[in-house]
Amino acid sequence: MRYVEEFRDPAAAKALIGRIGEVAEAIGATRESPVRIMEICGGHTHAIFRYGLDRLVHEGIEFIHGPGCPVCVLPMARVDEAVEIAERPGVIFTSFGDAMRVPGTKKSLLQAKAEGADIRTVYSPLDALELARRQPDREVVFFGLGFETTTPSTALTIQQAAREEIGNFAVFCNHITVPPPIKVLLDDPHMLLDGFIGPGHVSMVIGTHPYDFIPRDYGKPIVVAGFEPLDLLQSVLMVLEQIQAGRAEVENQYGRVVPEHGNPVSLAAIADVYEPRPSFAWRGLGEIDASGLAIRPAYAAWDAVAKFGIGYGARRAREVAEPEGTRCAEVMTGRIKPTGCPMFGTDCTPETPLGALMVSSEGACAAYWQYGGRRGPEAAE
Amino acid sequence: MCLGIPGRIVEITDAHRMTAMADVSGVKREVNVACVAEGDPAALVGRWALIHVGFAMALIDEAEAAATLEALRHLGEAQETLEQIAEGARALS
Repeated sequence: MRYVEEFRDPAAAKALIGRIGEVAEAIGATRESPVRIMEICGGHTHAIFRYGLDRLVHEGIEFIHGPGCPVCVLPMARVDEAVEIAERPGVIFTSFGDAMRVPGTKKSLLQAKAEGADIRTVYSPLDALELARRQPDREVVFFGLGFETTTPSTALTIQQAAREEIGNFAVFCNHITVPPPIKVLLDDPHMLLDGFIGPGHVSMVIGTHPYDFIPRDYGKPIVVAGFEPLDLLQSVLMVLEQIQAGRAEVENQYGRVVPEHGNPVSLAAIADVYEPRPSFAWRGLGEIDASGLAIRPAYAAWDAVAKFGIGYGARRAREVAEPEGTRCAEVMTGRIKPTGCPMFGTDCTPETPLGALMVSSEGACAAYWQYGGRRGPEAAE
Repeated sequence: MCLGIPGRIVEITDAHRMTAMADVSGVKREVNVACVAEGDPAALVGRWALIHVGFAMALIDEAEAAATLEALRHLGEAQETLEQIAEGARALS
């Protein structure tokens, strides 16, 4: 219980941990035959490790780390394309900081910057648009990345660029959506999952109904959760209680932020600017139907793919092999823990990442490296 | 990128563009409030919001803001976001 004392309400945490233990016992969960709960969101993965929740709860609960870390599922080919755009004369390429160190096949954006390309880390796509206003003789491109949490930000920024007729701004859109990869994982006969912790801030945008297929078609519970340790513990308990009662439902533990039907302004902006692609490539998961978004033709003037002829839509994704010796795909799909990869902590570290899972603080490998995992040989207790 | 950070709306800077100044842990940052404004954005002044990459995405109460900030500090995400905001400002020069 070494972490519990720093929780905001240690007594509540202890009560939840105790209750989780009781229900886990009641449903027969053991270390050898655990209840496997996937936390979809990388922010949850980070929080689970930071607070040691995987060690605090009953040993019959196993957390499987899901694909919800945007830079972790970004194929190397997309990074190569970003570098190619960034190295064009006259371009200022802007990106969230998370994507800067993701390795491409030849280099990362950070390496391209060191070699002289004008690549800038920004906090918001609004910074990129402001840069375009201030430097009208330069072409400013923003690397549009992330799930539904960040998609509204680029959609609203493109709408603003259109309203102001800012012609030297474009988005290199590689946005992806959460529900399709969950379906892929549920269809995978090797993935034995008992329930899900649903992403909080993605759901703030899309609401809870996009997950209805999980209980309806697969009979699995999902609980949308907040990011505080008490939120996560309560959500684990809610999943277990559904299993105990033989229920499978979408429940919302994070109702103080997540409305049932999402955020209407965000959803309208996304629908106006973006359309689903027939399919999109995910690192570690391959091509997934209707899992990526493209900019609609009406906004082609702000689409870097249309402007530069580079990108998934312009040049069919070539499959790029993972770095030799790494097992990123198996970690990504929860088949092995990070410590099961021979490169983990030897050739692949946060300082010199081979795979994207080691780059982002939301990646499972970076979380294992920083905090240690209970079930791996590196367990620190 | 996905966790966001609580900020307090202190002033509407451009009602047409739906932008406002937010106080994020003592740092002033212009944010877009289109997703949380219902009618006149001036009604948002003084309210707390969860801010994601420069966009206010959900209104929260003060206690929720404090609790979220504490959780983000423990995760190292609050400091990281403040550094990203500073880096965003530098990128404009």
